[in-house]
Amino acid sequence: MRTPLLSIGHEPLALDSLIAAVSDRGAATGSDGAVTSFLGLVRNHNVGRAVTHLEYEAYEALALRSFERIVTEAEARWSGVRLAIHHRIGRIDIGGASVAIAAASAHRGDAFAACRYAIERIKQIAPIWKREFFDGGDVWIEGATADPDDVAARERAERVACA
Amino acid sequence: MRVTVRLFARLRDIAGAAELVRDVPAGATIGTVWAELTREFPDMADYAKSMSVALNADYARMEHAISDGDDVAFLPPVSGGEGTGIPL
Repeated sequence: MRTPLLSIGHEPLALDSLIAAVSDRGAATGSDGAVTSFLGLVRNHNVGRAVTHLEYEAYEALALRSFERIVTEAEARWSGVRLAIHHRIGRIDIGGASVAIAAASAHRGDAFAACRYAIERIKQIAPIWKREFFDGGDVWIEGATADPDDVAARERAERVACA
Repeated sequence: MRVTVRLFARLRDIAGAAELVRDVPAGATIGTVWAELTREFPDMADYAKSMSVALNADYARMEHAISDGDDVAFLPPVSGGEGTGIPL
């Protein structure tokens, strides 16, 4: 079965399937010079707390649209780049992967930058929440107010991507 | 008219439901729905400044007008950034 470029689901993530998906350019296959990838993992500690596991929740329809938006932004910034983004939801234990990204490009600089940009933007605008379970309790982690039209946030992601 | 309200993360916890169906007057905006919701669940009011809203699975603004059958979602801040979490 062909791997979709963008997905959200309960199944464990398989980075190799994302790499295969971005590498398949149909008639243009062979034009890429680099594929970069990123895997976000569930860490056993956070701000001094001993984390036992996380639970992820998403507004799936809007999260997929947010991923599409991020891909469009990245394609506009790094011409010819091809991105795959998979996010896992539900319970994920320590060491498990919550997000996987792959970026293919003719040149490694653009592939690294687009991959970094994608994870920064996911954290800014994708409606995905995590509940942290730790020794002694649990908390919803609340970071940024999601606003795709916040130009300053987008520029921040671009600066980090190109640093 | 009747709308579906979707709630996520801590807002869902406060309401005790992921989806609510509510009747709103003609001419209502997303803000009207929010005002009704915070009357029903005062603990939600803290989120007025930090949350995002969506209309039919697209980001929207509070002043956006709604129609019968619309799907309105209220979204707490997302997991990005360096938030330290809200103790439950």
